[in-house]
Amino acid sequence: MDSFQIFTTSTSLVDCVDKKLLVVLRDGRKLIGILRSFDQFANLVLQDTIERIYVGDAYGDIPRGIFIIRGENVVLLGEIDLDKEDESPLREVPVEEILQVQREEMEARVKRDKVKNKFLSEQGFSVDNVEFGELY
Amino acid sequence: MLFYSFFKTLVGQPVTVELKNDLAITGVLVSVDQFLNIKLDNIKVVDEGRYPHMLAVKNCFIRGSVVRYVQLPAASVDTALLQDAARRERQQPAAGVRK
Repeated sequence: MDSFQIFTTSTSLVDCVDKKLLVVLRDGRKLIGILRSFDQFANLVLQDTIERIYVGDAYGDIPRGIFIIRGENVVLLGEIDLDKEDESPLREVPVEEILQVQREEMEARVKRDKVKNKFLSEQGFSVDNVEFGELY
Repeated sequence: MLFYSFFKTLVGQPVTVELKNDLAITGVLVSVDQFLNIKLDNIKVVDEGRYPHMLAVKNCFIRGSVVRYVQLPAASVDTALLQDAARRERQQPAAGVRK
């Protein structure tokens, strides 16, 4: 495939294997887990995965186990610096609480968008609705 | 292959990658591959207050398909060379077919 190139700076994920990574998905989810395997499509196998939900200055974790992620849904992988993680200004809250706050924020946003879209369409703008789920 | 080769000349430079989800990350370009996946070191997120999840992350791998822009220092780009390469590429497109 690369027969003409002798020096290829290949972006391999092999250095990330067995490391604790943050994976951001296209639907906006943040997963934290240990990368066990990958391939050329950036399909990933994550072990001991938790889904971390951030709202405001708080976050909540949901344990998810082992994830196989299809590469097309991956936005980025970040290597978590374990020292910096301890300095986090955010506070952890129980899952039920964070889900509640997230739901409230979602409802507030839907309400705001409805008002905005109504106003825009009255002004003559065509309102294209964002496909739900691809909110990043 | 042209932009892959182009980015290879920029390894070691500070760049800012803007993603399709509006997240912008500044970092040193560590590596790039044929899919234009990007690896950055020592990252700083632009407007980091909006992205608290990135606070503990120092290096990252960005999938090429989610990149919107890569902002480069103007001094590191030889536009004449790039124009030349693009012209040559038009005449003979590289036979690099992705697997």
